[in-house]
Amino acid sequence: MNKKLQQALMDRLVAMADDEVILGHRDSEWTGHAPILEEDIAIANLAQDEIGHAIIWYELAEPFTGNDADSMAYFRDARQFRNVQMVELPNHDWAFTMLRHYLYDAYELALLTRLVESKFEALAKAAEKVRNEEVYHFRHTSDWVERLGLGTEESNTRMQRALDHLWPYALQLFRPMPLDDTLIEADYFPELGELRSAWEQVVIPHLEKSDLKVPDAEPIYAHRHHHTEHLVDLLADMQMVARSLPDAVW
Amino acid sequence: MTDDRTYEEKLAEFEARIERGEKIEPGDWMPDEYRRQLIRMISQHAHSEVVGMLPEGAWIPHAPSLRRKMILIAKVQDEGGHGQYLYHAAESLGVDREELIEALLAGKAKYSNVFNYPTLTWADIGMIGWLVDGAAIKNQTMLAHSSYGPYSRAMVRICAEETFHYKQGKEMITLYAKGTPEQRQMAQDALNRWWWPALMMFGPPDSQSIHTETLMRWKIKIKTNDQLRQEFINEIVPEFLALGLEIPDPDLHYDEETGNWVIGEIDWDEFWRVIRGNGPMNRDRLAARREAHEKGKWVREALEAYAQRQAQAA
Repeated sequence: MNKKLQQALMDRLVAMADDEVILGHRDSEWTGHAPILEEDIAIANLAQDEIGHAIIWYELAEPFTGNDADSMAYFRDARQFRNVQMVELPNHDWAFTMLRHYLYDAYELALLTRLVESKFEALAKAAEKVRNEEVYHFRHTSDWVERLGLGTEESNTRMQRALDHLWPYALQLFRPMPLDDTLIEADYFPELGELRSAWEQVVIPHLEKSDLKVPDAEPIYAHRHHHTEHLVDLLADMQMVARSLPDAVW
Repeated sequence: MTDDRTYEEKLAEFEARIERGEKIEPGDWMPDEYRRQLIRMISQHAHSEVVGMLPEGAWIPHAPSLRRKMILIAKVQDEGGHGQYLYHAAESLGVDREELIEALLAGKAKYSNVFNYPTLTWADIGMIGWLVDGAAIKNQTMLAHSSYGPYSRAMVRICAEETFHYKQGKEMITLYAKGTPEQRQMAQDALNRWWWPALMMFGPPDSQSIHTETLMRWKIKIKTNDQLRQEFINEIVPEFLALGLEIPDPDLHYDEETGNWVIGEIDWDEFWRVIRGNGPMNRDRLAARREAHEKGKWVREALEAYAQRQAQAA
């Protein structure tokens, strides 16, 4: 594998891992505070799975980054994270949390479905394993979108507000990274334009069926190295113990 | 079929079944007092699991490695699951979960005092796993032999999971006690703060326990608070000492004759004060539960409206 391809692969794997670890962290903030006990349990599952996936992607990237998963998660600053902004936004309410998850799950499922065909074999193998779990997440959050969209006037209003807020952020998922062409050429990673249409074909009809209007909005202008101040707060929370004694084993 | 036996006959048959070691099941005849005691105990136990999610959940965001984070999320999730099956067990006695939760939120129901203490460092997570779950397991292993079938079965399942939590907690504290000086200090500080509240988990001394006699007669409990507390102390003291941690009790000593580790006086004033709602975190814990409940109201309403819509469409 040439240097440029290695770099491109590393960038993408780290971006995937960062999306998952940050989303998993946000999910985990609900544990003990969800609207019903059953959902405390369900969202704790989502959180564990997402963090577990992050470990898988960080470890795949390890030969290139030279760092293990914990070093990547705990000893980089906001400026070094490559997650999309959507996942770092605070949880707001249950509508926002479930809709964000749904938009992300639909993206991840579409991505993984293509990654199982990746010519980078280790990635293809890992994608297959992760995909099995992601199918459940997607089903779970699709159900929530429908139930809240079609529930009461209040739940529909909250969902619509969340959708108007989130849609431009969700579109950031399809903004290419600088070296993506190299990956696409090597058949390591799918083309994002095609991924976006596949995603839209899934989410738009489901949102409409759930009585929600998809806004006509531009994607936010942000690359994966651009962040909101919310990521700084999140990392302060996440990294405080690990960084208080950097040489300790926990 | 009508049951024309007198109350005394039914009671005698009920007590004979318990004496033979049979389990009492939901449809079976039982004295009102048996039902009342079980509802009280099982619902307190369910509330303890649910409120217990808060002090540990507070450290999920700060877990110092991805593996620890996943383990802690899973642990708090298990507690939610335990709450769920305990509420089911209580429902088998003719109360419903909503009613029990309302009582909790109104401050009318009790839950384990230990969750009214704050978690102040990461080592508290290990110490709760080892010491607090250790004490809980001691109590629950006994309750797994309880005469009421659904409670006994819930306990068997819960104990199996709690044993994992206990092992994880012990593994953490063992690692920190042998870790950096700061980690060791954290472990000691955690022990200092959790020791007495953990011992209080077994409840008031037998001399002051108003329920013990009834509970033992009907084999809801098979050991007294003081018996369980002593067994626990005997098991855990040598383990802490082996790690070089100090037990925060100047009067603690080993009694050669009885083979017991004898502790100093438990501060029962503190115990009763916390039970009456004046512990370090009581108000905050209930406020957090109320907030989650109130914020979730529109979600529960939406679920109901959606379910009705689906039912009409079908």
